[in-house]
Amino acid sequence: MAEIRQIKTAAEQGLADAFAGAKAKLPGASVLGMREAAFEAFEASGLPHRRVEEWKYTDLRTMMREAKPLAGVPDAAAKAKAKNAGAALGLLDRRRIAIVDGTFVPELSDLAGLEKGLTIRSLADALGKPDGETVQHVGRVFPSEDAALALNIAFMNDGAVIHIADGAVIERPIHLVFVATGATSSYARSLVVVGQKAKVTLIETHEGADGADYQANNALELIAGDGAAVEHIKMMLDGDKALHISTLMAALGKNVTFNDFSFASGSAVTRNQLFVRFDGEGTNADIRGATLAKGKQHIDNTLVADHAKGHCTGREFFRSVLDDDGRMVFQGKIIVRPHSQKTDSKMMSNALLLSESAEADNKPELEIFADDVVCGHGATAGALDEDLLFYLKARGIPQKEAEALMIQAFIGEAVEGVAHEGIREVLMKRTVEWLAARA
Amino acid sequence: MALLEVKNLHVEIEDKKILNGLSLTVEKGQVAAIMGPNGSGKSTLAYVLAGKEDYVVTEGEILFDGQNVLEMEPDERASKGLFLAFQYPMEIPGVATMTFLRTAVNAQRKARGEAELSTPEFMKRVKEASAKLEIDPDMLRRGVNVGFSGGEKKRNEILQLAMLEPKLAVLDETDSGLDIDALKIVSEGVNRLRSKDRSFVVITHYQRLLNYIVPDVVHVLSKGRVVKSGGKELALELEASGYAQYRDEAA
Repeated sequence: MAEIRQIKTAAEQGLADAFAGAKAKLPGASVLGMREAAFEAFEASGLPHRRVEEWKYTDLRTMMREAKPLAGVPDAAAKAKAKNAGAALGLLDRRRIAIVDGTFVPELSDLAGLEKGLTIRSLADALGKPDGETVQHVGRVFPSEDAALALNIAFMNDGAVIHIADGAVIERPIHLVFVATGATSSYARSLVVVGQKAKVTLIETHEGADGADYQANNALELIAGDGAAVEHIKMMLDGDKALHISTLMAALGKNVTFNDFSFASGSAVTRNQLFVRFDGEGTNADIRGATLAKGKQHIDNTLVADHAKGHCTGREFFRSVLDDDGRMVFQGKIIVRPHSQKTDSKMMSNALLLSESAEADNKPELEIFADDVVCGHGATAGALDEDLLFYLKARGIPQKEAEALMIQAFIGEAVEGVAHEGIREVLMKRTVEWLAARA
Repeated sequence: MALLEVKNLHVEIEDKKILNGLSLTVEKGQVAAIMGPNGSGKSTLAYVLAGKEDYVVTEGEILFDGQNVLEMEPDERASKGLFLAFQYPMEIPGVATMTFLRTAVNAQRKARGEAELSTPEFMKRVKEASAKLEIDPDMLRRGVNVGFSGGEKKRNEILQLAMLEPKLAVLDETDSGLDIDALKIVSEGVNRLRSKDRSFVVITHYQRLLNYIVPDVVHVLSKGRVVKSGGKELALELEASGYAQYRDEAA
């Protein structure tokens, strides 16, 4: 009897069934065609695996055994669970926008007294207006064939749509609180349009309970107008069984100041994608990250800096601390298009390995088509410096405390690039807590 | 009463013998100079006293305040009052000097069962000690020794010494890389800390430092052991005649 080869994995079959069942009910009739095209593209190649170069180190086909049921609209119990989400930011003054299991929840959000020039609404609402600006932008900010993004487009049900008018300076940080309350899958998509010379600080926190094997695949599209100043912080603090995928797609205009920080310490598997395109000259992007992995955690930071225009500066600086069997992946690609002269783009990834079995995989890629540019990359992986440890111990500082001090300093050098002082403190506090849990 | 007793110490690093039966006694309140040619084992002695791991003690013992320190971790030794001023102080990017000092002071106090210093009390002490050493307060906010000149690094070592108030301070070639002005500031810093309860082991290649920090005794080290001991005039003799005779004697 001939053996029948299963073409789809259980997870792929689950996704196909879920899409067939959900597509008619998902918001925005005008984007149905886009959803179908995205899902078709996904199905053609399936879940990415190690022979797909962009996913070489994060074999999703192996890591995602099944497709969790799509999360429904959060009920009272889910909302109760989500009430205190985002607490990682402590007392930091900010405007909360709650996205529970992928759904924008106004009653858990702080929508009162919006600053002049700031509008916030839900994606589901925005998709309902077929000729609105949102529908024009969705999926078009950073065109990509990425499988995770295709799934996000296919299943996107809700998220936040934030608009900041030209010249508006929003002092109070906007905090997107993503929380998962059960063992489900969710696909939130958000859009942030920052007007010319407008200024905003945007924070994302992602979390969920330990023990719940939920799957979150979120995407955020950011369009920064000429002269805008945007600081974007993403804290990935998901529960220990979670599969977290999130993507930032940023299109930066002329003379933009863009600061980005990714802090990852949660989830069983994290895939953090940053796709940044320089669409105008004179733009500075400072993209940083701190990864703290222990146990069997797998944290993948994948970055593309696409210099579509010249005379821009890009700085990518990622630091990771890996304990136990923790694994960090850094894939950084710098693209310099043929006419993008005077591009200055550098990236660096440093990993600190605290155990014999920790692993750091670094893959830098440079695709440079212009001839008058300065580009570079560097990567290191190593243990704590024994001579430095001895110096600290010789001053009376015990081994564990000395290690903690050095690790804090190591992460601190990445964190110091964050402009917002209160957020720097939050990030360092999280680092100290992680270290305390380790001891 | 002897504060430090080193008895018949044999030390190897990577199977190479560096110390060959070194014996040395330092009395309470005494300033002992250790001089000797390059490769005689001066820095090895400093590191072994502080507890650096790479050095293997194959024979002998070190008693500090009557206790065997060879069994102790470097931080335990420090808490018991043993301090090493490094020849090459390390740079620690990201750790402010102030944080470093405070962590060290309080870790030692904790180990000794004493209460931690309050913030105002700590600040007061740092300000006083750093002003005496002409250390710019701005330096205290920067990463430990990051971007410091050779002289600033050595002054920072003496600041740590002043803050930690050890019973025994080992100064490993504190004069190396210092110009005459920096040498004076560092020496004055050390002299202010001299007391009947604090001993010093001043390791140096040159007599020059000993014009400023005048020792009670001078020990000459050659091929890993003490080959001659004498008063401060011994340093002047060495300056005139060089180390050649001691190399021959030890051979």
